[in-house]
Amino acid sequence: MNLEYGEKYATFRAELREFLRGWPLTGAEAALPRSEQEAIFRRRGVERGYVYREFPKQYGGSEREPDALADAILREEYWRANAPGDLLGQGASLLAPTLLALGSEAQRERFIPPTLRGEMVWCQGYSEPGAGSDLASLSSRAALEGDRWVIHGQKIWTSRAAQADWMFGLFRTEPEAPKHAGISYLLIPMDQPGIDVRPLKQLSGSLEFNEVFLDGAVTAAENVVGKRGEGWQVSRVTLLHERKLMGNPHLLREHWNQLLELARRTQRGGRPALQDPALRQRLAAIEGRLRCAETQTMRQLTAEARGEEHEVLLSLLVTKLYSTQLGDQIARCAYDLLGAEGLLAPTEADVSEYGNRGTATGFVEQYLFSLGPLIAGGASNIQRNIIGERALGLPRDLRKGR
Amino acid sequence: MEFGLTAEHKLLMETLRGFAARECPPARLRELFDAGVGHDPELWRDQAEMGVAGLAIPEEYGGAGLEILDLALAAEMLGNAALPGPFLGHALAGLALRLGGSPAQRERWLPRLASGELIGTIAFGEADGGFEPGSWSARAEDGRLSGAKAWVPFGAAADLLVVGTAGGGLALAQRSDSGVSVETVDGLDRTRPLASVRFAKAPCEPLPGGVAAAGRVRDAGLVLLAADAFGAAEKLLEMTLAYARAREQFGQPLAQFQAVKHQLADLAAEVEPMRGLVWYAAHAQDHVGDDAERSAALAKAHVTDVAVEVAREAVQLHGGIGFTWECDVQIWLKRALFDRAFLGSPETHRERQAALAAW
Repeated sequence: MNLEYGEKYATFRAELREFLRGWPLTGAEAALPRSEQEAIFRRRGVERGYVYREFPKQYGGSEREPDALADAILREEYWRANAPGDLLGQGASLLAPTLLALGSEAQRERFIPPTLRGEMVWCQGYSEPGAGSDLASLSSRAALEGDRWVIHGQKIWTSRAAQADWMFGLFRTEPEAPKHAGISYLLIPMDQPGIDVRPLKQLSGSLEFNEVFLDGAVTAAENVVGKRGEGWQVSRVTLLHERKLMGNPHLLREHWNQLLELARRTQRGGRPALQDPALRQRLAAIEGRLRCAETQTMRQLTAEARGEEHEVLLSLLVTKLYSTQLGDQIARCAYDLLGAEGLLAPTEADVSEYGNRGTATGFVEQYLFSLGPLIAGGASNIQRNIIGERALGLPRDLRKGR
Repeated sequence: MEFGLTAEHKLLMETLRGFAARECPPARLRELFDAGVGHDPELWRDQAEMGVAGLAIPEEYGGAGLEILDLALAAEMLGNAALPGPFLGHALAGLALRLGGSPAQRERWLPRLASGELIGTIAFGEADGGFEPGSWSARAEDGRLSGAKAWVPFGAAADLLVVGTAGGGLALAQRSDSGVSVETVDGLDRTRPLASVRFAKAPCEPLPGGVAAAGRVRDAGLVLLAADAFGAAEKLLEMTLAYARAREQFGQPLAQFQAVKHQLADLAAEVEPMRGLVWYAAHAQDHVGDDAERSAALAKAHVTDVAVEVAREAVQLHGGIGFTWECDVQIWLKRALFDRAFLGSPETHRERQAALAAW
């Protein structure tokens, strides 16, 4: 056991830090629009082998050997520098790796490079009003008419649908086939008359979600990923990559630091709340869980680097449940410290900007937002099923239609 | 960065797991538990022959020269098996001598502790429930020890006691000496019996480095209790999973009911993330000096608290049988309760965790 990264990785980190000192840009480049600055710095990261390491060069990646430790260092340092590295949207994190694994050559060439550059924005068309946790019961349908698919149905909880150029999603194409076998994975352009996007306000007041109505929307016949009727299997590959987007241990640590800071500056009975014995107990208990989450990540990383993932299967499967509950506990503790300021609504800036700026209303927003991850990406009760069935070997639920 | 066990670590764990399964199967464990003696000299001798008695004692004194992490992995396996025996106090007594003893004291005592010829233990507890060096009241003066200690593990069987003394120092005393009287306590955890010990001008040898060693021995103790509790929690989960699969009601296994399945998943989600926490706290004792004390307090508070919660849930999930003396779940419930209360409650250590970070 060795908590040091060793000479090779120390050098890697030192060079990376040197490189990251180049952000933010300076001189004439600093005058460019923000998005251009980000693109420039991201491109430099690709050239140096820091960005999009798993993608071949021909698609805009830097094509490096898999290296879990290097990935961890990159995540950590880019996070610390708040610099533009791998895009973490639905497109670059979910669709692009799926196409790399299962897309046709033409699909890869057409879609991956602009997606990685951030020029092609994607939304994910999975959930429907009638198909949430039971995703495979979805009923939005697509029929092949000549050389194009014609699509009818409705998708919901669709993040960034209003900004997206394309949607990837699941549609029923074989109505006669059994539930899971009748689904195809389609890519659909968003800018067309058959698509209507309506914003859906979240309880925090933010407008990230949308409903997407598809009424005779069309896409070319070739825009199916994998074979028709095999969309469910394709979507499993996408799900594997969703883990990248969740349970970010650095984010939990940052929220924890903000909570401690809040406890230091909040006054209770004329002294800092941090001196209140009950609060100290609560914070210490939360920190116990935070350290569990952090050391669990270290274990998983080492197992991955050693090719011993099987040893951390249970650990991987409990991560989502554990880390989202922890995020919730941190947010709740902070909210309780606000006292009467917890009566305030989040401001426009709190809900529209990423991250908590440490204001009272920012903590209110964090409190409200913390309810979301418990539901998104497989609700906690679905996680419990997955843990029970896949890791603990317990019997599967008795379900109709299987 | 390498945060994983070595092949040697895994071998140590598998060896102990196999040993416990072979030498202390459920029927034997039950005999020892019901007898309330908590000590089986033969079982301890066999462990000593495997090297368990001297894991962290330097090789020059006949030990294996390993680290606190190795002790913790052993503790995890012993907790997993609820193995009756003096491992905890013995390992800590050896550590106290290694860290605080004079060369002559180490020379004299460590080889006999390493071989298991002598059983060592620690007498840190006070009658009022204090375990911290600041609470110690026994007086060691002119080579004589006077005062009382409570909650001494294996106090009735141990040969050599490392006693916490006023001022936060440590002194060695032999149980067989005149002036030492031992009174057994009817302890909850029958795999690790306790005793109260009185010293009336009993001969003693202060450890010259005792004051500096005391805190580190306490920290190692906290880590070993966390590891033991983690092993117990794993076992409780395993037993409960097996029971939920086998027991049928309403024509189907309990585990088929989603309420039960979710309860089990929640237990697994509480237990599994503690593995790295225990490893880290153990590793920190030898390698992360500035976080050794705090990480030990944090791990002890968190893991022993969760382990007891897991034990309570395990009783519930076993239903009526879980509430009986006959059901083995109670053995691990009590093992976990010992781990939680011994050397200070989670509340005590959370407050230390807070104070050590200057909150």
